[in-house]
Formats: sequence, C-alpha cells, structure tokens
Amino acid sequence: MKTEDFEFLAGLLKERSGLMLTPDKVYLLESRLTPLARKRGLDTLDALVQKLRLSKEEALCKDVTEAMTTNESFFFRDNTPFDLFKNHVLPAMEKSRGTRKRLRIWCAAASTGQEPYSLAILLRENWMKWQGWNIEIVGTDICTQVLDKAKAGTYSQFEVQRGLPIQMLIKYFTQEGDTWQISNDIRSMVSFRPFNLLSNFMGLGTFDVIYCRNVLIYFDQPTKKQVLERMRKVLADDGTLFLGAAETVLGITDAFRPVRGQRGMYVPSDGTAEQLMGLG
Amino acid sequence: MKLCLVVDDSKVIRKVARRILEELQFEIEEAVDGQDALDACDRNMPDVVLLDWNMPVMDGLEFLKAIRSREGVEQPIVVFCTTENDMSHIRTAIEAGANEYIMKPFDREIIEAKFTQVGLM
Repeated sequence: MKTEDFEFLAGLLKERSGLMLTPDKVYLLESRLTPLARKRGLDTLDALVQKLRLSKEEALCKDVTEAMTTNESFFFRDNTPFDLFKNHVLPAMEKSRGTRKRLRIWCAAASTGQEPYSLAILLRENWMKWQGWNIEIVGTDICTQVLDKAKAGTYSQFEVQRGLPIQMLIKYFTQEGDTWQISNDIRSMVSFRPFNLLSNFMGLGTFDVIYCRNVLIYFDQPTKKQVLERMRKVLADDGTLFLGAAETVLGITDAFRPVRGQRGMYVPSDGTAEQLMGLG
Repeated sequence: MKLCLVVDDSKVIRKVARRILEELQFEIEEAVDGQDALDACDRNMPDVVLLDWNMPVMDGLEFLKAIRSREGVEQPIVVFCTTENDMSHIRTAIEAGANEYIMKPFDREIIEAKFTQVGLM
C-alpha cells in the first residue's frame, strides 16, 4: 500500500471515529477493506481508495469505518466489572436512588450487545428488589451493523458459551435451530442506538453508571481526554465509570480517579461514590 | 495442580482436551467411557470431570448419576462436553447434578470461560 493511501485512510478513520491507525496496522486495512472493495465491485484496495478520494461518498466512508472498528465481545467479559456491578454498584444505587427509583446505565461501546445484556441479566437475577424502578440500559456503538445484531439478541452457539453460565442460558435464552435467542424480558431492558463518541453528548441525558471498555485504547491522547471529560459531565457525581483492563484515566484527565484496588473502576474525582459502595 | 479426568470415547477429543487443559495447568487423566471413569474415580478422585454424553458401556449421564449418588466422598465438579446441544439435554444434565455444560465443538476460550465460572481457575 502506498504511503499516501495509508495516510489518507488513517486520516479518514481518525476524523470519523477517532480510531488511531499506526503504520504497523497496514495488514489490518488490507485484510478488512479488500473484501469491502470486492463487495463494491472494485478489484483492489487501491481502487477503493481512489474512489474515496474522488467522491467521499458518505455510505462508502461509513462502510470503511465500520469495517475497521473492532467488535469482539462476549457475555460477562473479564468478569470483574460485572462482579463489581453486582456486589458494589447496585447495592449503593439501591440505597442512594431508593426514593426516585430511577437508574440509567450507558454502555458506550455496546458492540453486539453482550455487555448491556449481561448487566440486564444481573438486574433480572434479583428482580424482586427492582420492582417499581425505572431502569434504563442504553447501548450505543458507532457501527450500525453490530447494533442490528445487538437489537435482534440472537447469538451463535459459540457466542453463548463465551462467558455465559449455563444456568443463565437455560433461564434467559430459547433455542431456535442453530442459534440462541435472548428472552424478551431481557431484550426489553436495553435500548440500542448509533452514537459516535466524538460527537456531542447532549441529548443522551445523564447516567448513574457508564461502561466504556476497550474503546479508548484506539484513540490518541487528546481524544481520550475529550471523551473522558464529556463522560464526566453526563455521569452523576456519585456515579461509576468502567474502563477496559488495559485503559486508565491516569495521566490523561483528572476528571476521574481510580477506585483503589478495583481494576477498571473509576469515580468522579470530586465524588463520594467509594463510601457508598463500601470501597472507601 | 488440579486433577481433571477427561472422559470421551474419541481419542482425538481426549487429545485436544488434554492439550488445552495442560496449558491451563491441569493434571490430566483419561477415561474412555462412564465405567472406566468410575474406576478412575475410585482410584483417585479428580477435582473436575470433563464428560462426554454418548459413549459405549456406560454413557455420561449414567456416570453422573452414579457418582452423585455416592455418599461420603468428595464430589468432583462435572462439566459436560457433548454434541448434544438442545435445551432438553442441557436441563437433564443440570438437574442430574452437572455444574456446567459445553456444547461441541469447543475451543480453549470456551473451556477457560466455563472452568472459570465453576471456580476452577
């Protein structure tokens, strides 16, 4: 691939999704975009780049961006963020939100839905407790293709075995041929919509908990800072933010601070969430 | 090191499971059917049994019922690993005392996820 073509694609991706592409990722461009070029009736990746340069056709730009974003996901991925949710975040919220009985959770990189559905399942496991509550889980992703799959709530045999305990499969899924369909009880707890983390956060409302895992790693430092600081503004003062295991706020922003001893868990720097959660 | 008894009439499956589980730091014993597995348990009770369903002599479900009916022995964790992938088989296995259930084909990630869920890792 020609250097100027690489730079053109890298620029396009940075601008549209914040994705930082380093020259060592040329193979990723080639392996993911060549099939897309063929689908569009173009012989080579070069031809695809040519077309993009000439027209900047919106639909094609969108397809390129979607093809380059990573959408790997599984149920209860990494376990810890879900154990912390169940054992610390929910009990604290039950107390602090007990009067208003309202809880809003945002999965900011929902991908194919496993993360928001895992949270919905944890709430459902103790459903008596949440009777009369208005609970909303919002799943967003830049990629509309994965959101279609998320909304459908249909998973392959492989997908339901990565992280989902068998008891939960029995309880919350039905089998339809080769695939597994998540129940309407769970599905109705989550709403999905396309959202670009580089865009304005107004209109999302405010949240009590935000999961934004394994997204920031693809952004450069100023973009990370910007996204984190916007998240602070839509998160309740006693809210919680979960990042991926390889991500941190340290050295990027002082809007959040890590919860000591709890990997991946962050709270607003001026907040008091740790005491509420018994982690202070 | 925890001991895992791999029970499957297919030599190939036993070999694949052994390779994955050894990488995950388990000590492995093998059995070719349910009866062979019961004998192995009598000699040396494993921490976990990875259990196929359809086997000659004694199938996996019979083995499970037999081992669960034994009193006064340390019960192993039992993880089914079978091509039977319908809900009724899964329910039957769990009701008979299986701790987890893997639908073949499986890979390292699935074994790792399931073994983590039952607290083996």
